[in-house]
This record gives sequence, C-alpha cells and structure tokens, in this order.
Amino acid sequence: MMSLRTLLSVLPGVGREAVVHWWMQRLTAAFLVPLVVWLAFSLAMLGSASYEAVVSWLKAPSVTSFLAIFIALTFYHTKLGMQVIIEDYVGGWLKTASMILLNVTCILSAVAGILALLKITL
Amino acid sequence: MAQFNLPANSVVKPGKTYPAATGSGQTKKVVVYRYDPDSEENPRTDTYEIDLDTCGPMVLDALIKIKNEIDSTLTFRRSCREGICGSCSMNINGSNTLACIKAIEEIKGDIKVYPLPHMQVVKDLVVDLSRFYEQYASVKPWIKTEAPPPSGRERLQSKDDRERLEGLEECILCACCSTSCPSYWWNSDRYLGPAVLLQAYRWIADSRDEATAERLEELKDAFKLYRCHTIMNCTNTCPKGLNPAKAIAEIKKLTAVAGG
Repeated sequence: MMSLRTLLSVLPGVGREAVVHWWMQRLTAAFLVPLVVWLAFSLAMLGSASYEAVVSWLKAPSVTSFLAIFIALTFYHTKLGMQVIIEDYVGGWLKTASMILLNVTCILSAVAGILALLKITL
Repeated sequence: MAQFNLPANSVVKPGKTYPAATGSGQTKKVVVYRYDPDSEENPRTDTYEIDLDTCGPMVLDALIKIKNEIDSTLTFRRSCREGICGSCSMNINGSNTLACIKAIEEIKGDIKVYPLPHMQVVKDLVVDLSRFYEQYASVKPWIKTEAPPPSGRERLQSKDDRERLEGLEECILCACCSTSCPSYWWNSDRYLGPAVLLQAYRWIADSRDEATAERLEELKDAFKLYRCHTIMNCTNTCPKGLNPAKAIAEIKKLTAVAGG
C-alpha cells in the first residue's frame, strides 16, 4: 500500500484554488459587513412605509446598485462557506452531488434576486 | 469523510474495580480506559482505588503505581517523566495532556484517563501514531539550503532571528493538539493537523532555511492547510503552552501574500 507520505506528495495540487478561496471568503465578509449594516438601517428607517415609498427608495441608483452587490456577494459568500462544510463532512459521489446542488442553488438564487430587483426598479 | 455511526466494539463498558488495600490513607479513584485487541471484548473502564499517601504527585505516578502494585497488564507509554519526551500524552478528565506534568491535586473527583481521542488504539492508552509521524516527515522537518555554509563555520543567526523560533522549537510532538482538533478527527487522512503545521512553520520561520517558497507551495492545499477553521482546541490543550493556531495563521498569511 502506498504510504501516506507518498500519497500526500502526489495528490493533485489545488493550491491556487485554496488560496483564492481563503481570500474571497475574507474579502466578501469584509464588504458584507457595511452592506448589512446599511441594509438593516435602511429597512428600519423604512418601517411601515407604503409600497410606493419602498419602490421609489429601491429606484434610487445607489440603492439599486448596493442591493445588487449585496445579493451577489451574499450568495457567493454562502457558496464559499457551505463548500467548506461539505468538504469537511461529505465524501465520494455525495460530495460531487452536494457541490453541484450548492453551486446551482447559489447561482440561481443570485440571478433571481438581481432580476427581481431590476424588474422592480427599471 | 466524517463517520457518524460508531463501530460495534467502540461501546465502552464498565470493567473491574480494584478497591484500596485496607489501612490506606487518603485514597483517590483512577478510572482507566482498557482495550486489548487480542481479546474480542469491547473496551472497558477499570477503576483503581489508590493510596495517595504512597503515590507521587502526578497522574503518571498514579499509573506507574497501578502497573507496579495492582495490575501489571495496564499498558501506556512513558519515558522522561518531566514533560520533555511527549510519550505519556493521553486524555485526562476530558483534556489531552501529558500525564507526567498533570498534578493529581488539580483534579477534583475521580481521575479519568483515556487514550488520545479519535486515534486507533493499539492497547489501553497506547495509540497508533504512525500516520502522525508520516505527516511530520512530509513537511521535511530539517534545514534546506542552497548556499554552502560560510567557510567551514556554522550558519549564524541574529538574536532577533532566533527570537522568531520561540514558541515553535519547544514542540515535543506529543500529538495532544492534533488529536484535540475536530478538523483532524474528520480529515486526518489529508489535513496535516496543528502539530505538523506548527513544525512546518518552525522551518518557514527559520532565517537559515532557504526553501521557504517551496515549503509554502507544498502547503497551499485546501486540505493540508486550510482545513484549519481556527477552532483553537490545539492552543487550549497544548501541555507546553504553545500556540499552534497562531503558527497556522502565520502560514495562511504568508500564502495569501505570496498570491495564488
């Protein structure tokens, strides 16, 4: 049987991907902190505003852009975090299936969110 | 991959009790995990009542007393009895530590002694560390240089350069940290674990070593390095008071700065 030492040294290098993952998880987290604060504060300010008031708030170009970025980053960050959990606990074909499901879910959710936002605001 | 259901022989049953000899002074119960792979029996916990008045101060003294006076079949590793060889690492009352530097006095109630967690048990308190040592060898824990040493002299270090090895070179490879790490429990086939990563950083931080780039390149892996999720059990449990989590963070910082 191949010893672990040999096995470790011949495992395919996934180095770059691992470093990019680490960076992206931290960068998205850092950008999401102010975005979440802004969103929470804005929603609190809107309070029980009418439908029209909320739509007109959404239509401000800065609000639309920030929300679109928030949606994209949230689902990207979710994907990165969930990926780590799957890698930790799941193996074999189930891992491949879970990763596909995760990627599809996150991409579709982000696209749906941004399309809905654009439909309201444009 | 994590395994959530346990094999049948992992259920630990209560075993024999050895009461203290009559006329003993102050006594203490030592509950010890016992497993003999040659018998087909499940592991059990035997309880030994020992006389503290005739026992040394450390948990290792209690184990040696049990082996000498009560039950010679009890199996454990020990050597230096002063916290420098790392042989007597085991789980005492829920924490991995060295039996030789864990004082009996510190323990309230019964002393519960188990082997290091999530390792294959060879017998009683002895676990199989061969994978751990192979992982250690895989980080090439020796100095690697290109340039020859200056005209027949040793390679000198400044005081500041030597300072950077403090908290790294004291590691005795007892495996307390690695076997306390949940990430190492689930993925020890691919994650190097805190002890080995601390050793890897010990050579990265060494001013005399010239293979830093190569070492970082080797570690840039989603499993070898990045399974560390900063759980900090390693730092909490280290019997030598070292901080493997910080060493791992330093490696992550260096790989991040060095780019993909």
